[in-house]
Amino acid sequence: MLEFIKQPWPWYVAGPLIGLTVPALLLLGNKSFGISSSLRHVCAACMPANIPFFKYDWKKEVWNLFFVAGIIIGGFIAFNLLANPDPVIVHPNLSAEMEGYGITNYNGIIPPDIFSWPQLGTLRGLVMMVGGGFLVGFGTRYAGGCTSGHAIMGLSNLQWPSLVATCCFMAGGFIMANLILPFILKM
Amino acid sequence: MAETNIINTDTQEKTKVKEQVNTDYEVRTEHSMCVNHSELDRPLIAMLKYGLAGILFGIILVKSEVISWFRIQEMFRLQSFHMYGVIGSAVVVGMISVFLIKKYKLKSIEGENIKLEPKKFNKGQIYGGLIFGLGWAITGACPGPLFAQIGTGATVIIVTLLSAIAGTWVYGKFRSKLPV
Repeated sequence: MLEFIKQPWPWYVAGPLIGLTVPALLLLGNKSFGISSSLRHVCAACMPANIPFFKYDWKKEVWNLFFVAGIIIGGFIAFNLLANPDPVIVHPNLSAEMEGYGITNYNGIIPPDIFSWPQLGTLRGLVMMVGGGFLVGFGTRYAGGCTSGHAIMGLSNLQWPSLVATCCFMAGGFIMANLILPFILKM
Repeated sequence: MAETNIINTDTQEKTKVKEQVNTDYEVRTEHSMCVNHSELDRPLIAMLKYGLAGILFGIILVKSEVISWFRIQEMFRLQSFHMYGVIGSAVVVGMISVFLIKKYKLKSIEGENIKLEPKKFNKGQIYGGLIFGLGWAITGACPGPLFAQIGTGATVIIVTLLSAIAGTWVYGKFRSKLPV
């Protein structure tokens, strides 16, 4: 059983389980699934700076902070107790492309050739970790949600604005991955 | 045409009135998909169940490899079906669940009617969506996976998370000047 769990889970197992998070949170206590708002609650709790957007009682959304704290613990458990020891297997075209940028290490969840403390001192690492993170935080709030809030929760509730948002997420991703990222990776 | 204008002004005025009221709930739900719709005042200990839900969610994110930077790159290069399968089947299961919850008017385990508010369209979903998409392909992570990656011991992702929080803060600071 444990051996079975330790393998990477196929999409038809993981996807439905992620989908069940939607009814789970609704049934547990009337909470709409989403994660990016936690970033806003941190702003509201730590540095509201008299900005109207952060002037609300964040304690009423504290469930969301418990949820993301759980995700950190879940990541720890999955990686340390249920981990698959083999490197990530990727599409041959991708590994060929990545080799050109000096990315050859497929051990671990994130490529250490890009995302690591020493890489933070390089221009590429700085742009990708700090710049990328900034775009994620700014964009999700501007859009009013991220993959969980719009793509999963919003679409589950048949909200067409969430479909617009999801299409824009994908469009932005395609533009970056295919047209801009090659230049960043060459830095 | 004239009629549409009248309707538009009418809605604008309604929005103005709403802004003046500006209850805490309205600020909290503004530009947020994930919201606490519960009106119950629950003790902090009752929040632990959401922590448990988060733990399960985090395990799924890691075990399905959706928090892998490489999986996201494959998705945006159409080299793998994996991510499409995960998100697609999650949406289908979510849709069926929400449909059943509405159909049978299910209550939460705390006895409340389950509330789902419709989402209003604004251009932020386009501009913000595109900006987030750009960031997603760089970091290979949306906000959920950022937390899960940190849990796996990738401590440097704390920097990315702090930068994302900074991005959210800057949005909040300048939101009145941004087109919506």
